Amino acid sequence: MISLAGRDIMHAWGKFVFTGVGLGLLIGVTLSMAGIYRGMVDDGKALLDNSGADLWVVQQNTLGPYAEPSSIYDDAWRGIRAMPGVAQTANVTYLTMQVRQGERDVRSMVTGVTAGEPGTPGWPPYLVAGRQITRSHYEAVADIATGFKLGDRLQIRRNHYTVVGLTRRMVSSGGDPMVFIPLKDAQEAQFLKDNDAILQQRRRTTANPNFNRPQVPGLLEAIIASQSTNAYVNAVLVQVEAGHDAEEVAQSIRRWKRLTVYTRSQMEEILVGKLIATAAKQIFMFLVILSVVSSAIVAFIIYTLTLGKIREIAVLKLIGTKNRTIVALIMQQSIALGVIGFVVGKITATLLMEPIFPKYVLLEPLDSVIGFGAVVVICILSSIIAIRAALKVDPAVAIGG
Amino acid sequence: MIGKGIHIEGLKKRYGSGETAVDALKNVDMQVAPGEVVGLIGPSGSGKSTLLKALGAVIEPTGGRMTLGGKVIYDNGWKVKDLRALRRDKIGFMFQAPYLIPFLDVTDNVALLPMLAGIPNAEARKRAVDLFKALDVEPRAKAMPSQLSGGEQQRVAIARGLINRPPVILADEPTAPLDSERALAVIRILNDMARQYQTAIIIVTHDEKILPTFKRIYHIRDGVTYEEAGEGREF
Repeated sequence: MISLAGRDIMHAWGKFVFTGVGLGLLIGVTLSMAGIYRGMVDDGKALLDNSGADLWVVQQNTLGPYAEPSSIYDDAWRGIRAMPGVAQTANVTYLTMQVRQGERDVRSMVTGVTAGEPGTPGWPPYLVAGRQITRSHYEAVADIATGFKLGDRLQIRRNHYTVVGLTRRMVSSGGDPMVFIPLKDAQEAQFLKDNDAILQQRRRTTANPNFNRPQVPGLLEAIIASQSTNAYVNAVLVQVEAGHDAEEVAQSIRRWKRLTVYTRSQMEEILVGKLIATAAKQIFMFLVILSVVSSAIVAFIIYTLTLGKIREIAVLKLIGTKNRTIVALIMQQSIALGVIGFVVGKITATLLMEPIFPKYVLLEPLDSVIGFGAVVVICILSSIIAIRAALKVDPAVAIGG
Repeated sequence: MIGKGIHIEGLKKRYGSGETAVDALKNVDMQVAPGEVVGLIGPSGSGKSTLLKALGAVIEPTGGRMTLGGKVIYDNGWKVKDLRALRRDKIGFMFQAPYLIPFLDVTDNVALLPMLAGIPNAEARKRAVDLFKALDVEPRAKAMPSQLSGGEQQRVAIARGLINRPPVILADEPTAPLDSERALAVIRILNDMARQYQTAIIIVTHDEKILPTFKRIYHIRDGVTYEEAGEGREF
C-alpha cells in the first residue's frame, strides 16, 4: 500500500515545509525556554560544584549565603576546623555588584577567597588562562563570560584590581559571572563606606559622651578602629574528611557552634527549590502556553489542509477506502509537520538562540527526546479535529446531485 | 430469474418523515445485463442521483430489492455487512468530473483500488498499465492528473472504474465536460469495456450527443422509472 500522506506531502512539499518552518520557529522558542530553565538549574549546581565544599556554615536561621544574606565572624573557621571529620575550611564572601572596567561595567558576583592554593574551598577549580591569585591584595580571577582579559584593570568600589587569570562556567545562581578577589579586599568591598560617610561617623562617635571618655584613654580610637574594619564573612566552606558522613559533621557543627549548616543536597534544594522556583514556574507557564499555541496552530493547519481535500476524501471513501487509511493520511501528515517543525526548532534553538541568549541555555539530549515525544503527541491530538471532520465526510459528496 | 448484472425491484427511498417526508424513489425497477450499457435520463430532481447513491451503497433505500453481480445486496435492508468492500470490489464509479486524486500520479490513481483490496503494489500497477494500453493513455502513466487533458483524465477515471473488474459501473454524466468527439470516444470505450469484462453499466446523462448510442434507456420521473428502447446507433 502506498503512503497517501507521503504522496500528498511530496505533491505540495513547498507549502508543507514552509508551514513546518513556521511551526519550527515556535518549537525553537519552546525548546529554548526549556533550555533556559535547565541553564538556571545548571548554573546553581555549577556554583555548588565549583565552591569545592561539602558543607556551608552560615549565620543561624538564614538560608545563606546564596539565597539570603548571612554574616558570621571571620574567625569562626578556626573552631570549625578543629571539629572531628573536618578536612579543610575557608572563609568566603559573595557580593553581586557592577564591576567597572574602563568605560563599561559588568554585573558580576564578586567572591572573596581566602589565601591558599588550588583546591582550597571557594577557589576557582581550574583556569583557562593566566594564574591563580598569589598576592593578598588587588589581583582578580574572572570568568570569561565577563568579557575581561588578562591584564585588564577592574574597579571594585574605590580599589583597582588586575586580572591575572581567567576561568570558565563560574557563575552565580542568577547566571552572573564570578570575579574572584582576595578575601580581605572582598570584606572591605562589602562594608566600605565613602570618605564623607567615614568622617561623619567619626564625628558622631567623637560627639557621643559614652565613647569619648577622657578618663579612659584609647577608648575612642579603639571604637573608631572597630567601626572601620569588617570582621565578617558570609559563610565558611567546609570539606569533610574522607570516610566521614557530611550530615553527621553538619550536626556536630550545628550543636557546638550554634550556626546553621547545609549539606550539598540541602543547598541544592535551596537553590533549585527556593531561589529559582519563581523563575522556574514562570518558564513552566511559558512552556505550557507555547505548547497550547503550538497545538492550536498544528490543529488549525491540519484542519485547513483536510478541508482542502474534502472532495478527495469523499472519492476515497466512495471507492472503498477504510476509515483507518484516511485517519492515517491525516495523522501522518500531522506528525510529519511536527517532525519538520521539531527539526527546524532544534536547529533554531541550538544554532540561533543558544548563542545569542545572555543567560546560559542548556539543551539536554533527554529534553530533546521528551520534546520530540511531546511534539508527536501534540500533533496526534491536534489532528483529532481534522480526523473527525474527515470521518464525517459523506461519500455521496463525490456523486453530487 | 435473477442473473448477473443489475436487478432492481420496487426500490424506494424516502427522505425525512411525517408531513415533510419526500419520496425521492417511489417504485424503481431496472434490469441491466452483463455487458450491457443503458442510459438513465430524467429532469432535475427526478431521483437520478438518489438512485445512483442507492445503487452505489452510499445511502440506504427504504424498501425494495437490489441485486448486483448475482448477489442480493439489499432486500428491505442491507444484506452486505461491509459496504465499503462492496463498493471497492463490486462497483466502479465514474463522475461528471474525473475527481482524480491530485497528489497521486496516473498509475497510482488507478492502482490504488486494487491496493486497497490487498493486491501487491507491483501487481496492481501492472493491471493499471494493462488498462492504460487499452484506453490509449499508457504514455501518460507517470504524469500527474494536473498534466492531463480533460479527455485523458476521463479515460484514467474509466480505468479506475474498471481496475477491480467490477460487475457494475455507475457513471454520473461522464461526458458532460467533453466535446462531441471525445464524448463519443468515451462511450465507445465504455461499450468495449462492458463487452470485454461483461460489466453492466448505467450512465446517467443529459447529453443529447450520446443518447442515440443506447439500445435501452430508462426514464425516471418523480421517483418512478420507465423503460424505453433506444436507437442503439453504431458509432
